[in-house]
Amino acid sequence: MRGKHVAIAVLPACLLSACNRHQSTLAPFGADAADIRHLFIIMLVGAVIIAGAVALLMRHAVRAPEGAISHQKGMRIVLWLGGIIPTVVLMGLLAYSLPYMRPRPVAPADLQIAVDGEQFWWRVTYRPAGATSVDSANEIRIPTGRTVAFRLSAGDVVHSFWIPGLAGKMDMIPGRTNDLIVRADKPGRYRGQCAEFCGLSHALMAFDVIAMPPAAFDAWLAGQRRPAQARDGEGARLFAANGCNGCHAIAGVTAPTRIGPDLTHFGSRRTLAAGILPMTQAHVAAFIRHPEKTKPGVRMPSFPQLSDDQALALARYLQGLK
Amino acid sequence: MKRWLQRASRLRVTLWTLIVPPTVWAVHFLFSYLWAAISCEKIGEWALFPTAFAIGTVIALVLIVASGVIAWQQSRTPGDPPPHQEGTDIDRLRFLAYSTMLLAGLSFVAVLFTALPVIMLGDCR
Repeated sequence: MRGKHVAIAVLPACLLSACNRHQSTLAPFGADAADIRHLFIIMLVGAVIIAGAVALLMRHAVRAPEGAISHQKGMRIVLWLGGIIPTVVLMGLLAYSLPYMRPRPVAPADLQIAVDGEQFWWRVTYRPAGATSVDSANEIRIPTGRTVAFRLSAGDVVHSFWIPGLAGKMDMIPGRTNDLIVRADKPGRYRGQCAEFCGLSHALMAFDVIAMPPAAFDAWLAGQRRPAQARDGEGARLFAANGCNGCHAIAGVTAPTRIGPDLTHFGSRRTLAAGILPMTQAHVAAFIRHPEKTKPGVRMPSFPQLSDDQALALARYLQGLK
Repeated sequence: MKRWLQRASRLRVTLWTLIVPPTVWAVHFLFSYLWAAISCEKIGEWALFPTAFAIGTVIALVLIVASGVIAWQQSRTPGDPPPHQEGTDIDRLRFLAYSTMLLAGLSFVAVLFTALPVIMLGDCR
């Protein structure tokens, strides 16, 4: 009996281990997620009060002797507690929550970021108003204090774009573009995740989100627009010799292609394989040789014919792309 | 008002009048969704005639309230206490009237629940 009580106390406490400030609606860094958290707390408090009241009433009803209240009084209780009060409470909660659900207004001058879900990575294109667009992948940077319009679609199957600390999730559907308008308020490093089962490595399809002060963001975007600073050498030779440029584009080095993730500024990213591995030379080399070991079902072929030294040389070359 | 209620009490609630409130709800629901879908798809924004939508909602609510009031009047026809389960004319009338009244209440709330998001959000996204 005592063990049961301990289990009841400890098991919910285990859920607390999921708490973090990088990927949580309860730790918002954007206005929309803050609204969601606010509504969640209001609904939770309301639900606890209603559940408590129902439990108390049930206890009272079970214990009361038969005939304690008249038929008419009983019908009146059913009418009020079963009909009128729930209706008014639900109506009140609906009317209270609706203004929070109103989509954020967006202007043509606001930054657009097109994100396409692919198995199992993210194609990212920054489209600032009046400037050329910038291709990237698996990492999203946004300026704080400015409205940003995500234009979401998918290249193969249905995915779902979710940055819990920024806004609610939005489906990415092939052949259709969904708009998600957001505003980040707090600079920092956060994380997003695919939220719709999309294949074997669905759970391994994440991305880094970096919210930056506007001036720093503008400078970063200007840097991204420049072609890669690629170094010649063994790595560059291997990149071409193994046909990597058939799928991966490096602006200023290879011909444009849209099959795999853009690698123009690969070395400046913090994570590898769509938010899964830290960006170390050993991880990059291992991923090139056997990507399916990290991401089952990945479309990138494996390169087991590369020696350790060759894979490391290729990794060094890629990490130099900044 | 009193005269109107007296006239209403002379109306007979039947199975056909029982379905008036949910039918109004269904028509309002279908119309709201079709209007929003067509409006968003064709012109990209909701809504072309927000006032017309509000008027339509008010008309739906008035129809439902009228059915409810008529049913309420007839549910008060004197007789035995509930449950009205005997096979007599008076019990059948009271049963139908009471059911119509409850359905009217449900339909009234449902129409409001359908209309509130349309009116308060007013956006296609």
